[in-house]
Amino acid sequence: MAKKVGAYICTGCGIGDALDIEALSKVATKEKKLQICKSHPFLCGPEGVELIKQDLQEGVDGVVIAACSQRVNTDVFSFGPSVVVERVNLREQCIWCHPGNDEDTQMLAEDQLRIGIVKAQQMEPPEPYKVEDLSRTVLVVGGGLAGITAALEAAKAGYPVVLVEKNASLGGWVTRLYKQVSQRPPYNELEDVDIADRIKEVQENANIKVYTSAEIEKIAGGPGIFDVTIKQNGNLINERIGAVVLATGAVPYDATRLGHLGFGRYANVITGDMLEEMAARGKIVRPSDGKEVQSVAFILCAGSRDPEHLPYCSSVCCVESLKQALYVKQQNPEATVYIFFKDLRAPGLYEFLYKRVQTEGVVFFRGDIGSIEEGSNNTLVVQADDVLAGDKIVAEGIDLVVLATGMVPTTAFGEALVPTAEGEEKQEEGPPPDVILKSDLLNLEYRQGPELPTLKYGFPDSHFICFPYETRRTGIYAAGSVRAPMDLPSTVRDAAGAALKAIQCIELTAIGSAVHPRVWDFSFPEFSLQRCTQCKRCTVECPFGAINEDEKTYPLPNPTRCRRCGTCMGACPERLISFKNYSVGMIGSMVKTIEVPEEDEEKPRIVVFACENDAYPALDMVGINRLQLSPWIRIIPLRCLGSMNLIWVADALSKGIDGILLLGCKHGEDYQCHFVKGSELANYRLGKIAETLNRLALESDRVRMEQVSIMDYDRIPKLIEDFAKRLEEIGPNPYKGF
Amino acid sequence: MGNKSVLVIGGGISGLTAAVEASEAGCEVYLVEKRPYLGGRVTQLNQYFPKLCPPNCGLEINFRRIKQNPRIRYFTLAEVAEISGQEGNFDVKVTLYPRYVTEQCTACNKCVEVCPAERPNDFNYGMDKTKAIYLPHIFAFPARYVIDKQACLGTSCNKCLEVCPVNAIDLGMEPKTVTFNVGSIVWATGWDPYDVTKLTYYGAGQYQNVITNVMMERLAAPNGPTGGKVVRPSDGKPVEKVAFVQCAGSRDENHLPYCSGVCCLASLKQATYILEQNPDAKVYIFFIDIRALGRYEDFYTRVKGKENLFLVKGKVGQITEDPATKSLTLVAEDQETQRLLTETFDMVILATGMMPTTKTQPPANVTCDENGFVIGSVPGVYSAGCINKPMDVATSVQDATAAAIKAIQSTVGR
Repeated sequence: MAKKVGAYICTGCGIGDALDIEALSKVATKEKKLQICKSHPFLCGPEGVELIKQDLQEGVDGVVIAACSQRVNTDVFSFGPSVVVERVNLREQCIWCHPGNDEDTQMLAEDQLRIGIVKAQQMEPPEPYKVEDLSRTVLVVGGGLAGITAALEAAKAGYPVVLVEKNASLGGWVTRLYKQVSQRPPYNELEDVDIADRIKEVQENANIKVYTSAEIEKIAGGPGIFDVTIKQNGNLINERIGAVVLATGAVPYDATRLGHLGFGRYANVITGDMLEEMAARGKIVRPSDGKEVQSVAFILCAGSRDPEHLPYCSSVCCVESLKQALYVKQQNPEATVYIFFKDLRAPGLYEFLYKRVQTEGVVFFRGDIGSIEEGSNNTLVVQADDVLAGDKIVAEGIDLVVLATGMVPTTAFGEALVPTAEGEEKQEEGPPPDVILKSDLLNLEYRQGPELPTLKYGFPDSHFICFPYETRRTGIYAAGSVRAPMDLPSTVRDAAGAALKAIQCIELTAIGSAVHPRVWDFSFPEFSLQRCTQCKRCTVECPFGAINEDEKTYPLPNPTRCRRCGTCMGACPERLISFKNYSVGMIGSMVKTIEVPEEDEEKPRIVVFACENDAYPALDMVGINRLQLSPWIRIIPLRCLGSMNLIWVADALSKGIDGILLLGCKHGEDYQCHFVKGSELANYRLGKIAETLNRLALESDRVRMEQVSIMDYDRIPKLIEDFAKRLEEIGPNPYKGF
Repeated sequence: MGNKSVLVIGGGISGLTAAVEASEAGCEVYLVEKRPYLGGRVTQLNQYFPKLCPPNCGLEINFRRIKQNPRIRYFTLAEVAEISGQEGNFDVKVTLYPRYVTEQCTACNKCVEVCPAERPNDFNYGMDKTKAIYLPHIFAFPARYVIDKQACLGTSCNKCLEVCPVNAIDLGMEPKTVTFNVGSIVWATGWDPYDVTKLTYYGAGQYQNVITNVMMERLAAPNGPTGGKVVRPSDGKPVEKVAFVQCAGSRDENHLPYCSGVCCLASLKQATYILEQNPDAKVYIFFIDIRALGRYEDFYTRVKGKENLFLVKGKVGQITEDPATKSLTLVAEDQETQRLLTETFDMVILATGMMPTTKTQPPANVTCDENGFVIGSVPGVYSAGCINKPMDVATSVQDATAAAIKAIQSTVGR
């Protein structure tokens, strides 16, 4: 705990003109008994900073900066890991959105200073969690193009690699390709697949240990200290691993389910995959009689963009079919080639390939396939609705129909994990559990399930546009077509990126830092289990599966898997989980230090718990745009609303505070919470407390949650005003003055 | 022991990502950005597809990663002047253009209150004005003001100098050169929207209500020129009927012969901006192919199902303006009905493609194809983002993360 806290009030940027600084200082010195409280007209200037630094030399180890928002001057007001710094926002969220020289604004500033001082007094500088026997080895699961690339990239960056491949040889799906599309100008040529060179490079790299015909039996531990058991030819081998890249790829959609397109019914209906193998062997022929083909029809979106089969687009089939159309044309320029498509998706520079295929006389039809039937002599008849010509088109005498089937990630197979174990009580209502399929790829010894949670359609993709490598299992990164449908160049880039995330995770774990999105954070949750009731809320609610259970079903935290969001802290009904600089008690004290005026003063009080990443900056923007906010609010930022513990509602209401407003991120399918479920969990917890409040004759309307984004600054003032109005209708908190 | 540091050129989403990712893996990083703030073009977007979430949310995290990370040094209003040396040992000269506002600036806004001069706001594609001294936008990082010297009245005015409480204004500031040594370099200078005034048959630049997709982002943004109201530039009236023209200059040998891969999705997204504000508005999208790859198909399906959205397969031939109403008449062949379609709209949005900045400014030590896309580079020099090929935000981040490990490899064992 910070022993000696000093408060520093900046009077610049209009703060000194709008507030009574002397009265404010008295809050620090008289009420909070701080020995040091200084003010300066330009605290972020060299002289102001020097003022603070001198006091640090005199033994101050906790600094309260009452000035601008914590979003600015972060580096200026940073004094090393042993000094606790707390920012009190007197500018953006005080004088810029409230009238100057006003009693209520002054009360707001004083309360925010109280809150900041209490926080600084209770915070301790975090001590990083460092593991012993940290491994810098990257495990790559899957030896296809993505896996090979990830292994090579990590090894070239100086990290040992363990590469595990299920098959007897490396290379995976691409080894079956005849040609690939050149990525160099003029971008419309076909070239050999360069996988053999890459395989050789892997085999010759002393930093890469390859296990073929091998699978992952089990992964225990966490980043830096994963204990991995590999099963090879019946033997079990143990490896200590730092981070994992999952690169198990995708498989073609099961064509036997495409009977309506003739597959399985007619010998001359094949898949694109089968065509590749045929082309690689030599001649493209009719399977029925081995005769060289004279006419070929490609059916795009065979089972793709189809709610009955794969609702998504597999991204590559259009281009693959264009390439295969060239195979046919190169074998026999006189051959007739039809391509039936919905939208021809040749993005980016593939346009040049598309142009070439058009000039080579391939005939394109846009429309849905009506039927594929057999005609005479095993030829096929394709009937389609030609959208462009506006009527039915019938292509007869076709030797070969090629179905462009989509990709199914290897993570999409296996039984779905049922989140509650046998004998356990049925789970209460809450956010929907993660979708985890027992695909037998990683076999994680995690309480929350053995594989990566999937996002949609079985892909363990990131939910975040800005952070495509974000997975919900720390230190495990999906790459290549297992993550999302992608072409070969994208797979190579994706695998390199995943290798970077893996080595980055190792380096951050080595210094005891969190990984994304709180990379700067060295704090971690500590569990005091004496009063633990084994309710399992923390293990269930952790969005990252960081907490296991020991044999007595007590929570068993894995700090290197932890993202430091505090969801466990918010979940714990016994309040046993704390960070050195963030705890239930600390926030409770901050709430309790707010001065609550007597009922007859008619000054209600509202505590606003605001998500630090989105709602808090949005509140800053209210000030930057000089909009006005209700004078009754007192803002307390939270790491994530997932860390909101219900006891704070009780703390606030018992203190006589009239309302509690939670500002969190959007939840639901397009959730914006960077800790996945934080705001949703907060909402769910509030639902639970509503009943209790009503029972205590305390209106549940006193507690409200709103979903806001960082851009909602123009909406926030009214949203707070509406809440204040509702509180006015309810009347003052009956606990006021108790 | 050689150099463990990396230079990243371009502070947009690709460069920002490459810098942050490399530094969090242990590298020293120099990040050089031409604009007065970091974030590049994504700062000008209202929302990302398919989640319709605000870019400032992810940028906030990325800026926080920089604020807390002493291993990244960033330079705004900066351009690389010279690079020499080779992998593991590049000497770099960077020109820092004057901001005329020093690091003392607290962003208190007093200067803006007194500044008498105005300039067209490039952040909003000239659709409104700022004072000559300005904060580029409310989320600008660094949060520091800048003076447009061309608009500034100079020392004869001096009003900002007089009012600045911390003496942060220096009208005599000169360009400076800084030099440093790095082990590797990542080029990530991004893209420019294709110059639509070259599409004379669409009347862009001539007709006020023909705008581009990038302008549409600003019109819909809460911090844009209209406070987020999608209105006609000619008279400020809300739009009732709009048309999106896909492939405006794209997939066209006379302009951009390639597909930019994002415009279809951007237009679908922008259709939601309009329908969200006015569900009765009629929105037409004229397209060749709707390219919604991967899971974006879900987004396409969702938007396609909206009432009052009409997808028309057909290339738009010509747009003409009624000089009195400033409304626009558009002629296109509807390929499904094979009829010539003539419709009048309040506003037309041209879905213009991406042109890599490397088309007009070929970078050092990098080879480009005729369209400006990077096809090769010398050892130790890498490229990321839309200078490699057209790509969306998530792919740019992925590409930049890949570039970061390549950059790190060039610093290993030296």
